[in-house]
Amino acid sequence: MKSSVITFPGSNCDRDMDVALKKFGFKNKMVWHNDAELPKSDLVVLPGGFSYGDYLRCGSMASKSKIMKSVINFAKSGGKVMGICNGFQILVETGLVPGVLLRNKYLEFICKNVFIKIKNKKNIFFKNIDRDVLELHIAHNEGNYFCTNDQLKEIEYNDQVAINYCNKDGKIEEKFNPNGSIKNIAGIFNKEKNILGMMPHPERMIDPSLSGEDGSLFFNNLINNLK
Amino acid sequence: MKISVIITLKKDVLDPQGKVIHQALDGMGFGNVNEVRQGKYFEINIKESDPKKAKDKVEEMCKKLLANLVIENYKIIDAQ
Repeated sequence: MKSSVITFPGSNCDRDMDVALKKFGFKNKMVWHNDAELPKSDLVVLPGGFSYGDYLRCGSMASKSKIMKSVINFAKSGGKVMGICNGFQILVETGLVPGVLLRNKYLEFICKNVFIKIKNKKNIFFKNIDRDVLELHIAHNEGNYFCTNDQLKEIEYNDQVAINYCNKDGKIEEKFNPNGSIKNIAGIFNKEKNILGMMPHPERMIDPSLSGEDGSLFFNNLINNLK
Repeated sequence: MKISVIITLKKDVLDPQGKVIHQALDGMGFGNVNEVRQGKYFEINIKESDPKKAKDKVEEMCKKLLANLVIENYKIIDAQ
């Protein structure tokens, strides 16, 4: 399986993502934001970080960079695209997934482990995963998912919610919502479910001696689904 | 030609920064403030002498980059 991780100026989780993808069997290539061509890929990842210094709005400048034209074409023709954290912010700015990510409700940068509940397993990203709740890491200042009421209706009607913030037992309640996101939304798909944007970082949870291993579960499952 | 643009958050969008600024103003003794909403201001110097054409271009910029229309409104305030 071939993957590509896009590096923007200011990306800082691109290398972690590279390590994670390779650990679970992907042949990964790093792609610079100023390249025009995307290498042949089964998966394209937009990594976390602070692309273009978060100027204007997080992800907005990156969404207009040269490589994104190819990424958007790839995504629109059914290619699998995953945006993590800043990558999720870039995805919403391209319009590939609906909504926006606002400043966290209590104006603080949040860096901690959270539990997320997988809402929809009928997709390449979470199909066959044998758990409903995963412990993953979040680190963001703008992760407060927001969309209009009409968009929310459409998102729910089309089963586009991927994951919600919850407690360790999978209870989705406001008190387990770290950043003020509408309905505890931590990640969403596009309508066709070939694009996933999410705030938590699975690539930070792949080493039993440093973290949990719930990210390993995610990547193992993902590569098997893509085969 | 210089054109100015103001970007503001839509009415229903929470503005925690505005809220904190409001609280600070309150604490400083400006007790008569009802609400503070924070926005962005741009000055764009555009190579175009026809005001109508220049405004149309800036409007396109607003829609495509300067504002995110899910949460923000834009207003082109003057052309000179």
